[in-house]
Amino acid sequence: MSIVDASASQLLSAMASGKLSAVDVARAFLDQIETHDGKIGAFLHVDHDGALKQAALVDEKRRTVQPLGKLAGLPMAIKDVVCTRGMPTTCGSRILQRFLPPYDAEVVRRFREADAVILGKTNMDEFAMGSSTENSAFKITRNPWDTSRTPGGSSGGSAAAVAAGMALLAVGSDTGGSIRQPAAFCGIVGMKPTYGRVSRYGLVAFASSLDQLGPMASDVAGVAALLEVMAGHDARDSTSVDRPVPEYGRTLEQPLSGLRIGLASEHFAAGLDPEVASAVRAAADVYRSLGAQVIDVTLPHSKYGVAAYYLIAPSEAASNLARYDGVHYGHRAEKFDGLIDMYAASRGEGFGPEVKRRIMLGNYALSAGYYDAYYLKALKVRRLIRNDLDRAFETCDVLLSPVAPTPAFKVGELVDDPLAMYLSDIYTLSANLAGLPGISLPGGFSSGGLPIGIQLLGPPFAEENLLRAARMFERETSWHTKRPRLGVAP
Amino acid sequence: MTARLTRDDVAKVALLGRLKLSADELERMTSQLGRVLEYVDILNEVDTEPVQPLAHPIELANVFRDDIERECLPREEALANAPKTDGRFFVVPAILDGN
Amino acid sequence: MSYTTVVGLEVHVQLLTRTKLFCGCINRFNPTQPNVQTCPVCLGLPGSLPVMNRHAFELALKTGLALNCTIPALTKWDRKQYYYPDLPKGYQISQYDLPFSSDGWLEIPTDQKAPESRRIGIIRAHLEEDAGKNFHDESGRGGESLVDLNRAGTPLLEIVTKPDIRSGTEAHAFLDELKLLLTYLEVSDCNMQEGSLRCDANVNLHIADPNGGTIATPIVEVKNLNSFRGVEQAIEYEARRQFEQWKETGKKFGEVPKETRGWDAERGATFGQRGKEEASDYRYFPDPDLVPVTIEETWREQVRASLAEFPAAKRKRFESEHHLSLYDASVIVAQGRPFADYFERVAAACADAKQAANWLTQDVLREMKERQLAIETFPITADVLGTLLERVAARKITVNSGRIVFAALLDRSVDSLPPGIEAVDAIISEKGLAITSGADELAPIIDAVLAANAKIVADVKGGKQQAIGALIGQVMKQTKGADPQVVREMLQSRIAAL
Ligand SMILES: [Mg+2]
Ligand SMILES: [Zn+2]
Repeated sequence: MSIVDASASQLLSAMASGKLSAVDVARAFLDQIETHDGKIGAFLHVDHDGALKQAALVDEKRRTVQPLGKLAGLPMAIKDVVCTRGMPTTCGSRILQRFLPPYDAEVVRRFREADAVILGKTNMDEFAMGSSTENSAFKITRNPWDTSRTPGGSSGGSAAAVAAGMALLAVGSDTGGSIRQPAAFCGIVGMKPTYGRVSRYGLVAFASSLDQLGPMASDVAGVAALLEVMAGHDARDSTSVDRPVPEYGRTLEQPLSGLRIGLASEHFAAGLDPEVASAVRAAADVYRSLGAQVIDVTLPHSKYGVAAYYLIAPSEAASNLARYDGVHYGHRAEKFDGLIDMYAASRGEGFGPEVKRRIMLGNYALSAGYYDAYYLKALKVRRLIRNDLDRAFETCDVLLSPVAPTPAFKVGELVDDPLAMYLSDIYTLSANLAGLPGISLPGGFSSGGLPIGIQLLGPPFAEENLLRAARMFERETSWHTKRPRLGVAP
Repeated sequence: MTARLTRDDVAKVALLGRLKLSADELERMTSQLGRVLEYVDILNEVDTEPVQPLAHPIELANVFRDDIERECLPREEALANAPKTDGRFFVVPAILDGN
Repeated sequence: MSYTTVVGLEVHVQLLTRTKLFCGCINRFNPTQPNVQTCPVCLGLPGSLPVMNRHAFELALKTGLALNCTIPALTKWDRKQYYYPDLPKGYQISQYDLPFSSDGWLEIPTDQKAPESRRIGIIRAHLEEDAGKNFHDESGRGGESLVDLNRAGTPLLEIVTKPDIRSGTEAHAFLDELKLLLTYLEVSDCNMQEGSLRCDANVNLHIADPNGGTIATPIVEVKNLNSFRGVEQAIEYEARRQFEQWKETGKKFGEVPKETRGWDAERGATFGQRGKEEASDYRYFPDPDLVPVTIEETWREQVRASLAEFPAAKRKRFESEHHLSLYDASVIVAQGRPFADYFERVAAACADAKQAANWLTQDVLREMKERQLAIETFPITADVLGTLLERVAARKITVNSGRIVFAALLDRSVDSLPPGIEAVDAIISEKGLAITSGADELAPIIDAVLAANAKIVADVKGGKQQAIGALIGQVMKQTKGADPQVVREMLQSRIAAL
């Protein structure tokens, strides 16, 4: 097996035994990027020299028998929405094209402390707004399984990088499904942790009450290993929860006995691709065969999720994005007439169409006379959605559902139909509205050879159970071992 | 619940959000936002009369830090990303009354 | 036609914390070094997050309690959204519908010599972050503006009064009392020059309607008020101006939009400011980066218990416990808490509060003013002054000698440490100021003076009692520290015996 197809634990033991050096590993991934990223477009910034330097440092530490972190020598990619000191952090936006953060995000601090090797920053929908990575100001990322299709989004760069063997591990952010949906489209595993489990300090905000960083990898063990490093309290994030972090990797192989899997009829709504539906039902059968109980649950308000979400998320986004005004950092227009025009022109030039739509929508929903009818109404519906889920978890341990209504769609297919694009988030965004953890994992392939993901959702802080449940399924199936055939670059 | 969104409404919100939109963009925005707003009207099917809003998924309270000083950024770093400075201040077009 | 001036004040006060409201940057007035007190949080950099300063919140709570406000069980943070270059995030973290305190009052003395006081209602007090500072091109050529973010994120208390104030003088008195209260509580230094207290005034008139009832004129908000005197004058000016305008236009409240005017201290007049191009719509909503604060009774009572004595209570206590006049009590309390504490230490040391008050309100204040010293750096410590006044009270030296010692103590402190209490007696003996009450010492001097002034003695004997003063003077001159009362008595008995 080649280095870039190996798992995290395989690489860790190969480096520990001296069969491979961290530099060998870093080089293999950098070569893979060199060879294939021209076609995939997963990276916005590759820190070639920095990665090799860090790898050499890990080798040196190992040689001198210094203590090594949990991710020592493992090459990873970071979504460009996470601040990295002195490394470009653009959020896929023209407005931050030349922004160099003077500080590291908390997760980046943790990665460095864990001796991970940071390969670079991955492409994304601008400010994480989108489900296809087509909304990047810089380039389109393509799905490694079929380059005429999108990798999903907004963490499409991270998902594609992992799927194409250009990064072992990757970090994404998930505000309405932005980790889980691209993971599903690219045939990898991705997890959105409970709100507050991972520090948001240094995560450039899209919608603060919904955003959460999470791990992506080709298997559940990789996701567990990365989460173990990312999770934990951070005094710099007021919404970070102070609660011990389990060693997810340690219990991963232990199956859950008496597992109760919930299936909600609302998760098989109109517009669900029959192949996706049957993958989910097949997954339920796998769990049944492992002794799990499959229970019908009902989520009566889930059909209002998209509407509530597309009022709450843009409202917070409009406010979070007010800071990009061409004064203290970011793009400033060259031509303008006075201060107000300087603001408007800079923002008009700096933001792409999807970001503008959401800024408009959010400002509208919060403006005088509309607040109660839109924003406040949406928050009340949010409570009802949360109550539905709380009730469901009284009778089941995890909810099994589709991730997205369809496998990866074509580049350009939905880009001019914002509402259709929004509706494709229906199965993922209730976890964000309710703050719950969710994991997406490979659950099959379409007749056209595209990966299909399945989703497990759990109650707050049930990450350990979700990972164990996911691993139960993974052990019984081989979907996660499949790799896309990458064309050889010219 | 809502009257049809007009171009004027959209222009007003664009000023509020400090977004310069071309005539074309304004046109497209009016119809796209209009469709989204029509869609979100389905929320009116839900009786939310007795429901408390949920602004935040985790209902934490009283998160504080101690009043302890931390090092500030050197001025060069504070100004490093600014589009225009004089080396000491951020520089902006003249601020007039009414801005 | 008569009218009442109706005023509500909006006061912004910076809190005396070590660090800013939501980050660990130092909270310090530093106008000469722009943009050196910032970090990712107060620069509003992408990805940064606010974390609430507990001390700032407790200072705010103290203020709310001292202003007799209701403290709710839960308070939260909202974003007030508008664009301005000194506001790096495009919103100010503030409090909208659930401020940490509301519905209180502050009692103000209407006149220091008269004991009546008046309650000014407080609508609310809330906590928010300050903005940075913009510097405009003053040349009028429309040059670029400069932005300094040192101040951005400084904890700020906004206190809004009810429209209970009826004149410029009363507004001034309210601000004096508020400042005194906040400085006593060590919540703020309320330094207007440094911008740690800022004030806007909403002014209108209630004009007696000849047909019965009253007519309200449109409300005007006066900004740029940079001294308490300015507040007073601007309100008086506005009242006159609004009355004239009403006579001219007859426009009532509600018939024109609220106007904002500036105050030109030099011309002593308010002036119209250009209206905003758009009506403000702040789009307040709860800040999702912060969590609410719940205030349980135990916490609230703990903070209440930690409150220092309020100025009003101190004035009352000085009257009842130390038997000061309201006037003296007010003068001492008005100097601030360190001065009042100094007074109490001096009074305790000399066991004569009235005398301590006299010395403080006259000698000490005069010297402080002349030397431009605060009481904390005044070279005669409370213990030393207390010792000195004890000597006076015990009639060991005269009041005049006391002043000589006081001056000597001040001289001695130049270029050296403040003298200790031993210096008091040392100076008394060096200068021979101790009252020589012994008849043995005085007798020969008195005899000599009597012998040398036969004419005056004759005058006194002849009934010209006031002539004895000249004799007392001569004896005093020769003895330095004699008790004039004793000298007078001895002279009188000797002359009578002649
Ligand atoms: Mg304010
Ligand atoms: Zn700061």
